[in-house]
Amino acid sequence: MRIRPLLGLPLVAFAVLVLLLGRGLQLDAHELPSPLIGKPAPAFNLQRLDAPGTRFVPAQMRGKVWVLNVWASWCAPCRAELPAVQALAEGARVSVVGLNYKDSAEGAREWLKANGNPYAFTALDTQGKAGIDWGVYGVPETFVIDQRGVVRHKHTGPLTPETVRKELLPLIERLNRG
Amino acid sequence: MAERGVQAVGPGTGAWARRAGALLLALAAGAAAAALPDPVLEARVARLSEELRCLVCRNQSLADSDAELARDLKRELREQLAAGRSEGEVRDYLVQRYGDFVLYRPPLKASTALLWIAPLLLPLAGLAVLWSRWRRARGEDDEDAAPVQGGEGAA
Amino acid sequence: MIPELGHFALILALPLALALGVLPLLGARYGSARLMAVARPAALAQGLCMALALGTLVHAFATTDFSVRYVAEHANRTLPLHYRVAGTWGGHEGSLLLWVGILAGWIVAVALGSRGLPRPFAARVLAVLGLVEAGFIAFILLGSNPFERGWPAPADGRDLNPLLQDPGMVLHPPLLYMGYVGFSVAFAFALAALIEGRFDAVWTRWTRPWTLAAWAFLTGGILLGSFWAYYELGWGGWWFWDAVENASLMPWLAGTALIHSLAVSEKRGGFRHWTVLLAILCFSLSLLGTFLVRSGVLSSVHAFAADPRRGALLLAFLAVVVGVSLALYGWRAAQVGAGPRFAPFSRESLLLVNNVLLVSATATVLLGTLYPLVLDALGLGRISVGAPYFEAVIVPLMLPLLFLLGVGPFLAWKRAEAGTAWRRLRLLLFIALDVAVAAGVALALSPLAALGLGLAAWVAGSALWQLAQRVAAAPARTPIWRRLRAVPGGHWGLVLAHLGVGVFVAGVTLVKSLESAHDLSLRPGESGRAGAYVLRLVDTRQERGPNYLAAQARFELLREGRVVAELRPEKRFYVARQMPMTEAAIDRGFTRDVYLSIAEITPDQRWIVRMHLKPFMGWIWAGVLLMALGGAVSAADRRLRRAPVARAESACAPSSTSLANAAVS
Repeated sequence: MRIRPLLGLPLVAFAVLVLLLGRGLQLDAHELPSPLIGKPAPAFNLQRLDAPGTRFVPAQMRGKVWVLNVWASWCAPCRAELPAVQALAEGARVSVVGLNYKDSAEGAREWLKANGNPYAFTALDTQGKAGIDWGVYGVPETFVIDQRGVVRHKHTGPLTPETVRKELLPLIERLNRG
Repeated sequence: MAERGVQAVGPGTGAWARRAGALLLALAAGAAAAALPDPVLEARVARLSEELRCLVCRNQSLADSDAELARDLKRELREQLAAGRSEGEVRDYLVQRYGDFVLYRPPLKASTALLWIAPLLLPLAGLAVLWSRWRRARGEDDEDAAPVQGGEGAA
Repeated sequence: MIPELGHFALILALPLALALGVLPLLGARYGSARLMAVARPAALAQGLCMALALGTLVHAFATTDFSVRYVAEHANRTLPLHYRVAGTWGGHEGSLLLWVGILAGWIVAVALGSRGLPRPFAARVLAVLGLVEAGFIAFILLGSNPFERGWPAPADGRDLNPLLQDPGMVLHPPLLYMGYVGFSVAFAFALAALIEGRFDAVWTRWTRPWTLAAWAFLTGGILLGSFWAYYELGWGGWWFWDAVENASLMPWLAGTALIHSLAVSEKRGGFRHWTVLLAILCFSLSLLGTFLVRSGVLSSVHAFAADPRRGALLLAFLAVVVGVSLALYGWRAAQVGAGPRFAPFSRESLLLVNNVLLVSATATVLLGTLYPLVLDALGLGRISVGAPYFEAVIVPLMLPLLFLLGVGPFLAWKRAEAGTAWRRLRLLLFIALDVAVAAGVALALSPLAALGLGLAAWVAGSALWQLAQRVAAAPARTPIWRRLRAVPGGHWGLVLAHLGVGVFVAGVTLVKSLESAHDLSLRPGESGRAGAYVLRLVDTRQERGPNYLAAQARFELLREGRVVAELRPEKRFYVARQMPMTEAAIDRGFTRDVYLSIAEITPDQRWIVRMHLKPFMGWIWAGVLLMALGGAVSAADRRLRRAPVARAESACAPSSTSLANAAVS
């Protein structure tokens, strides 16, 4: 009889396994949390699309909350999320800076002309090096950076009006209040 | 190689074949790589990229993947190793940007302690249980009056 | 019309499976011969229905009936016939139907082959199988129906994924499923034994051949999958510790423990708890594997398209099957009883350690595969667990296992003499050490690799030595062929399988230690040096296959100036799916594989290729093939087909439980 409790062990272990697997079904295997959250925004120095002579450095945005949206003209979901990006720019009273990723300047310009330009301005990351520094692995991706230059949030995949309303706007408001 | 029932397309088969051929070459060509000069460096890159995960693939290493981000990252690896960084530093570089997810060999930390200890602990625990069982059985045997008759049972 | 026929047959199979599952069980419980007699005809009827269902799906593929949505998603008019047929199991719905179809086949086999079994026991075994099958059919009908029509029918289908257009696809899943599903028979035997409280020679004698057969099939299925990945994926890898591969390795490891545990149960009446639990574990791992591959919880190249709802249903099914069996075990464990005692130095005790090591290995692979999921579910971050981890942790488990593998067959049952064992083995040990040192020095191997080779020689030598001893033990002047024929099938199985392990370990050790890769950039006419070989690009051309376009190059491989082989790697483009693919060229040899794949073709006709030299790669395949062969030969041992002889549980120190059992049965 002393072995009795041991007999229940396989069943208990299995029950725990089933619970974990069940929880696993609810997770998205493709979303990767960013290790940059809570860390200073990685620096870069890139040419601007709108003002070809000037360059953009994230430090220029110190003092206000801002959003970095990674996009490319060859990226179909980027086009789908444009209205949401526009809503974000208008609703949150933030500058949305575009990071044009692994693209050509002409292609980017054409795209913005054809589809609309929600960005305060766009920086050109033709090589993708800045993208690597920000942990970009797909487009589109969106980052929220606070007044002190710390990355506070990352959203992978296209923005939807839902996400903007529920995730980003409240966060930006909170950051603005300080 | 096994016979695949493939027909050779001879010259002059028309525009379709030429277009298709051009399409094929366009697909096959990527960043034109010159003959790779340094086998030691390449070996280091290969070894390191086997341990790193391709972030846009479904469970493939950087070494096995041909995705664009994988190629970018391999190029980054090569540049950094050539510049004198160590494998550990390059690994840290990627983990800072992409998290532990990028490592196929999970780092040893509190959350992965069980993962690394269990393969050692499990067999030891099993053997310990066997040992204690045998000790107990021998204890009972000593209490029994009748001695066990020996006898070689051959296979 | 015909798909509807298949659909109807599938629907009909459900009540038949339920009848098979419930009625004979009741009949055995209440002693009703009539209810028990339902088992065999029900089994045959459901077999017929499932054959019809599977047959009509294959027919739909063969006739490219694109009005069936599943066919349209996995076949194409230009797809050759044999790949169309293989497309039947190219996607989730069809492969699940194949799974159940194969289960139906095993059920028919057990129904026909169980005439010698006591009726209530046979009824219970078939009933358990019927219940499992009913669950699967219900799952298919509820959410994974391959017979669904799609109107309007497209003019042409999407084409089978080019990676799957290969002879490997025709054979690998059926062979693999034969293994996975075959473990359900051992499972059913174990549950029937638990229900009936019968753990005697009848149970073990009957379970053994079925389990050995399933294990042999699984070994063959894994071998084929690995062999196929090797030449198909284009970069020379053959095992990636991918979640889906691990899902097949786990039942294999547990299955290996099971067949050895069964050997003890059958020969000595011991290890009953082990055998019952391992039988439950094996099949549970098969089911778990099915869940992991289809639910989307794990990311894998091999996984089917994810559907969490489907996953939830599968998880529920898995929970019920395994939960009930473990609960049954917990409830009836007292009836299992203990086998005869054995000394701490005996064949049994070594097999016990063997069991512990194999189960630990299984648990390790399971832990590694599920750990990222566990951490994520607990909100502790996202990590990856890949080949570096598995290789690091499996090797320390396998090394002692390999050593024991060599010793075990030389020990006596029940109580072995250390002195006798040492006398038998010391020569072998000496030889193995010599091999390790000599090879280590000659090939400049690492200490671990040298140890690996030494162990390979140890295991292989032990197997051959075993055979030699058996052959030598025959009376003098018996001709050699008669001596060989007199060796029982089970013994041949042991020799072949263990020899296979040795060959496999040697292959793996040598490939991993000595393989090299060479990158070459050549224009037509140019040559480059790669190790001891010279590779020359002779010419290139474009080819058109039935459903693809290819850029092919002809290379000549030279060694010391002489052409040793011709290699034709390709870069293909499959038109329907708009998918590019690399076809590697492999020159296989007894002592090495030369593996050539195209990395890129530059616009100025420069072909950049990577050539891998893999010494003794073929030994990996040969080793596993020998293992599978050993399993098959053991399964066919005629000794196992004879009715078991009733005998006392043990000559000495009988346990009270076994006496009680003997009195009751």
